[in-house]
Amino acid sequence: MSSLLVLAIVVAIGVVAFLIGRQRAAAHENGTVKPHSRAHYHGWWAFLLAVLPALLLLAVWTIGSSVYLDRHIHAALPERTADSKVASEALDVSLVKSLAKGIRRLDANTLPASFAELQPLLAAKGVALATDTQDYMIPIAVEANKVQDRLGLFGAVITLALAIAGAFYALRQIAPRARARNNVERLMLWGLLAASTIAILTTIGIVLSMLFQTITFFESVSPMSFFFGTVWDPRFADAGSGGSQGQFGLIPLLAGTLYIAAVALLVAVPVGLMSAVYMAEYASPKVRGVVKPALELLAGIPTIVYGIFAVVTLGPFLRDLSAALTGGSPFIQGQSIFTAGLVMGIMLIPVVSSLSDDIITAVPRAMRDGSLGLGATRSETIKRVILPAALPGIVGAILLTASRAIGETMIVVLAAGVAANLTVNPFEAMTTITVKIVNQLTGDLEFNSPQTLVAFALGLTLFALTLVMNIVALYIVRKYREQYE
Amino acid sequence: MTDIPMDSMVRAAAHPRRDIGLKARYAAERRFRIYGALAISVGLAFLAIMLITIVSKGYTAFWQTTVTLPINFDEKLIDPSNKRATDPSVLIKANYPKLAERALIAKLGIDPSNKPMVMKLKGFLSEGARVQLRDIVAADPSVIGTTRDVNILAAANLDSAFKGQIDLSVEEARRKVSDQQITWMNKLKADGVMAEHFNTGLFSYGASSRPETSGMGVAIIGSFYMMVIVLLLALPIGVAASIYLEEFAKKNRLTDLIEVNINNLAAVPSIVFGLLGLAVFINFLGMPRSAAFVGGLVLTLMTLPTIIIATRAALAAVPPSIRSAALGLGASKMQMVFHHILPLAAPGILTGTIIGLARALGETAPLLLIGMVAFVADYPTTPFDPATALPVQIYMWANEAERAFVERMSGAIIILLVFLMAMNITAIVLRRRFERRW
Repeated sequence: MSSLLVLAIVVAIGVVAFLIGRQRAAAHENGTVKPHSRAHYHGWWAFLLAVLPALLLLAVWTIGSSVYLDRHIHAALPERTADSKVASEALDVSLVKSLAKGIRRLDANTLPASFAELQPLLAAKGVALATDTQDYMIPIAVEANKVQDRLGLFGAVITLALAIAGAFYALRQIAPRARARNNVERLMLWGLLAASTIAILTTIGIVLSMLFQTITFFESVSPMSFFFGTVWDPRFADAGSGGSQGQFGLIPLLAGTLYIAAVALLVAVPVGLMSAVYMAEYASPKVRGVVKPALELLAGIPTIVYGIFAVVTLGPFLRDLSAALTGGSPFIQGQSIFTAGLVMGIMLIPVVSSLSDDIITAVPRAMRDGSLGLGATRSETIKRVILPAALPGIVGAILLTASRAIGETMIVVLAAGVAANLTVNPFEAMTTITVKIVNQLTGDLEFNSPQTLVAFALGLTLFALTLVMNIVALYIVRKYREQYE
Repeated sequence: MTDIPMDSMVRAAAHPRRDIGLKARYAAERRFRIYGALAISVGLAFLAIMLITIVSKGYTAFWQTTVTLPINFDEKLIDPSNKRATDPSVLIKANYPKLAERALIAKLGIDPSNKPMVMKLKGFLSEGARVQLRDIVAADPSVIGTTRDVNILAAANLDSAFKGQIDLSVEEARRKVSDQQITWMNKLKADGVMAEHFNTGLFSYGASSRPETSGMGVAIIGSFYMMVIVLLLALPIGVAASIYLEEFAKKNRLTDLIEVNINNLAAVPSIVFGLLGLAVFINFLGMPRSAAFVGGLVLTLMTLPTIIIATRAALAAVPPSIRSAALGLGASKMQMVFHHILPLAAPGILTGTIIGLARALGETAPLLLIGMVAFVADYPTTPFDPATALPVQIYMWANEAERAFVERMSGAIIILLVFLMAMNITAIVLRRRFERRW
């Protein structure tokens, strides 16, 4: 039985338990004893007791049986020798598994013994198999299917028994003074807590997944040559050749990332800050009512659109402009730090302005009025009173913006170039950490080569970099808010 | 100013200097104000420039040139030995482009034996004519032997020429349409046979190496699946998490840890979520690459912090008096939250969810890593089939060299932006309308 069918039956049992439970409890409602919980709480409690343990068991059973199956196939495979035709054991196991899946569509009694005969039969059913599937795998696959069927049936029986037992237990508990509501609410609270721990699980998932891959990467490339190497030349190796040649120097990528982010901040911070100041201090409510949503729309445009604007419109325009200025060869390349930084800066304007808007409006009215009352003009009040008072918050906002700039991907993928140069000329192309993560992981890839694993090392570096900036920024912003609350 | 001359000697000497200072200060004030207005105009100007360039490049993508030809479904050509009753594959393999070519030759009045002239017709009609005619025959084999008017797609270059996007003053060898083809095009145009129609293919075709038969059908379905998955997962989980943190959580280490995590996850670069998806969902859990389901999971994790932060703000905005009233009437805490607080916070939650969904719809980077950059020609029937997404489709078209793809790409951006603007405007309107000051 497939787990989906079992799931459906379990839920059906739960629904039946709910209906019976509610009905039984409702019968008590007109009795002499005042019931503790409303009838539907009894129903829900029966539903939960029927469904939850059964689902838990089903999940554990499914995972357990797939692990058991893997081991089973592993044990049945012939000993690996130097002239094994399949590249690795893991590949061996996965080949058997896909073969087993395919065989399920065929009649088990008329199964041919060799792969050459099997392939056309399966192809007719629309199953394509890898060509390095071997003859000896066929009996193993058949056996694996049998084991899987047995495990599945056994699991289904236990699960359904547990569901029915849970339902009966809950239904027997129904009594006027039974505390069904408290039980249901306690479970709900656990559910809410579980939902909120997903954030922690995500962070753990991010760190662990990248950490493991990074450690594997550092087995073939030393951390020293990664963190301090000045040459990026990963040289995609042929599949299977190991391919630890090539150099993975982080420095050119880091430099490009920081350079482009710096250009972006040079554009975004003055413009964004000034528009926030204007919006908070000068703009009439009418202007505010129009400009604020417009800036929000600017913030809502996906970064791919900015990237395409940079590469299709702005890049060629700047190149032609510079060619016209010098009257010959252009000094701004089509893909350049300047173009990417400028467009990223435009993207960040609404980010800076909305963050600083909140911070500027949080400065207490009394400080403003005090300064204006002493005869300062509005701009003097802003420059000498409000901005200094808001400074910590603004620094936090700029840090958050910088972390956005460092992690931005689509604009730089399209507009910054792929060559890992080390240059100070802003009109040349440079590449970034995010560009290289995308480059190394798109296309056909062999998963365990350093060429792809390096992407995780880069990702971990990026994560660590932005994490520090975010935590510092959030700490500053929070401290600042508390100061004026 | 209110200068009262108390000590007139000193004041008289000081007076003119103060006046000059005031002038400068007012000038500085004006300048500052202008800088502010300038900054806002710069932001808005960029918005305008971007939208204008994209729309001006892309609006033509919504029209497609076709040639209406009377196609004679000649039995001798499709099925010369009359085997289609026993071997249906004859109908699949037949030489359909030849049918279209014959009809075009007849229409233009070219002598079929004039080989050089016939050769010049190459690349006039789209290669997609094969599929188009095949589908007609496959749907209804009885058309064989009859003649029927069919709108055949023109090839991408002719489509561009028809729309006036190819500079005809360039010498013939350096452009992709020959003078002869232009002459024919003008003749067909004058006859009313060649015309522009609304480009439904842009919304329905899958991936293709030919611009005129490529569209966003697969991407739209993929994005739709992902949005449904994000909505189904992120909204309940996000609301549940917010309720716990805002209403139930005690101030302890665990709560602090969760809060720091959520705030930090909101600022983690989106590409990191892509790495997470690749390592955990695809490599560790063995889910299929390029599937909308995995994309949906990754986008869910990415959207969760946005929804949680918005929902918490909405819950916190409900005044304590409501809580006290509910508790005072004997509701349990759970009943108070679900019967009273949550309905009152619903507009705020909805706004946050729409903004989160809009961000997820436009997100590209994490999807690149989980293999959604794929050439998918067939519609995905389940979320587990290979699919692409709208922004990824745009990215793939951006990497194509042909100019007709740039047109399609800009058209796709317009569609994506229309979706996003609609979502964002809905969110802004909802907020304005239901925002309640307690």
